Amino acid sequence: MYSQGLIGADSSTTESAEFLALFQARIDREEKIEPNDPMPEGYRRTLVRQIGQHAHSEIVGMLPEGNWITRAPSLRRKIALLAKVQDEGGHGLYLYSAAETLGVSREQMTEELLNGKAKYSSIFNYPTLTWADIGAIGWLVDGAAIMNQIPLCRCSYGPYARAMIRVCKEESFHQRQGYEIMMALARGSDELKELAQDALNRWWWPSLMMFGPHDSESTHSDQSMAWKIKRFSNDELRQKFITATVPQAEFIGLTVPDPNLRWNDETKLYEHSDIDWAEFKAVVAGNGRMNRDRIRDRNKAHDAGAWVREAALAHAAKRADRNAIAREAAE
Amino acid sequence: MRSAATSMEAAGFRAILELADDGLILGHRLSEWCGHAPTLEEDLALANMGLDLLGQARALYAHAGAIEGKGRSEDDLAFLRRERDYCNCLLVARPNGDFAVTMARQLYFSAFMEPYWHEIAAHSSDETLAGIAAKAEKEMAYHLRHSGEWVIRLGDGTDESAARMQAAIDELHRYTGEMFLASPARLEAIAAGLLPDPETVRAAWDQTIAMVFSAADLTVPDVRVPQTGGREGLHGEDMGHLLAELQFMQRAYPGQTW
Repeated sequence: MYSQGLIGADSSTTESAEFLALFQARIDREEKIEPNDPMPEGYRRTLVRQIGQHAHSEIVGMLPEGNWITRAPSLRRKIALLAKVQDEGGHGLYLYSAAETLGVSREQMTEELLNGKAKYSSIFNYPTLTWADIGAIGWLVDGAAIMNQIPLCRCSYGPYARAMIRVCKEESFHQRQGYEIMMALARGSDELKELAQDALNRWWWPSLMMFGPHDSESTHSDQSMAWKIKRFSNDELRQKFITATVPQAEFIGLTVPDPNLRWNDETKLYEHSDIDWAEFKAVVAGNGRMNRDRIRDRNKAHDAGAWVREAALAHAAKRADRNAIAREAAE
Repeated sequence: MRSAATSMEAAGFRAILELADDGLILGHRLSEWCGHAPTLEEDLALANMGLDLLGQARALYAHAGAIEGKGRSEDDLAFLRRERDYCNCLLVARPNGDFAVTMARQLYFSAFMEPYWHEIAAHSSDETLAGIAAKAEKEMAYHLRHSGEWVIRLGDGTDESAARMQAAIDELHRYTGEMFLASPARLEAIAAGLLPDPETVRAAWDQTIAMVFSAADLTVPDVRVPQTGGREGLHGEDMGHLLAELQFMQRAYPGQTW
């Protein structure tokens, strides 16, 4: 999903050719760039944008899955889902911290999410209609996220790369958990199998869109590849995902909703129908089914919690004052 | 002898079910916050506390089901009873309200359960239950610390937070007395050495609440009529809505493996 973080990214930069060449040499030697190292402004800006969007995606992603916590069908599933959504929140926290090492505050990033300026992954603008959607999200959405994030473990920016290592471990667990939900449904009654197939039908194409536009349309990819923020192209990652996922669907007796899907024995790749890019553009532009609801809900939680955050600050200040007075009295 | 043993088992089943239902319903309530908390850190903390309670409920239902011996699974007990058969106390089912209400509810409950689990772990004649209790006691100590700190922060924060915190206490205090009442099943379980008398932890509870309220500058309201009835399945109007969500999948798709 995080290839989408580069949509609209501005990697232009104004440093001298010599500075840029030295920086590129470090990248080419596979050295990690750390927070206090000199770096081109375009590199910093690109990362702030990508990591920020990644963090926002984790936070907004809590909403569609959170929608089913209170209705999960068994105690085991309820606990697993709550723990999973909690993990996503933890990833958000990690990622905001990684972005903060680049000189932007969590408050600034949050403000940009709430006022609609910052984007998050298009996938979370689709609604979770049935329990099977929770399986489909774990299997497909987290599966696609892993495809994107595994290469990010080797991203040139140290804090982001290190955060991704832990995030990938948890995502991998989520992916298996999601697949297991789907497997249970697919092996259940006809009614449950229908739920699973319907969820696959609805989530398949949006999952493929998570990898972002075609390489030919992905304007900022070249610079990001050179800086090793990105290691594979959108289409390469998408193809890897399809190759891994189609047999998983077949194994549990579900049908990928693409009549043109066909294994090509020469290229060793699946051929597939083209993605509905008009839908993708509409969702990214804010016109998906749930865009408005997601931002409304984030704003609602933020506004409803304002008095709590103010109280915590006021209490901390009072406590500091009391401690100072006590210290003075003791002296 | 046989009928005495059977009656004891039934009482033990029911008494453990009370503890399980408390965990399930409060865990469910906390899970409703997920994604909507005042800060990201608090989103993680509320989920954590919810997970602790749901985990306790799971272990308790499984144990209760084994004692009952009718082949009812943890999910049968958690999802497939009628509203009148849930025997949680009223406090845990109170709606989340604002963050002050949620923290007050958590403080009241954990200030009771932390010492109560401690007593169970130390003295219960039931080894499985004592084992569950030893783990739960540690979890409740964390809930107590977390909620106690928030009640102090809010009570001693801004004018608005102090007013909201006091309002939460005024709303919930009347539900706390029920935790100290022993249902007929609990009385039998106490007599058999399975569970301690709730009265044994009253002093600890009083002390915790007094300490937190003093630091938070909160006033204990005068409760003329304590609210009770949860243990007999006489719940509030919100309980049916909670169960409608909780049971939705099990009712809509009966008899499935999830």
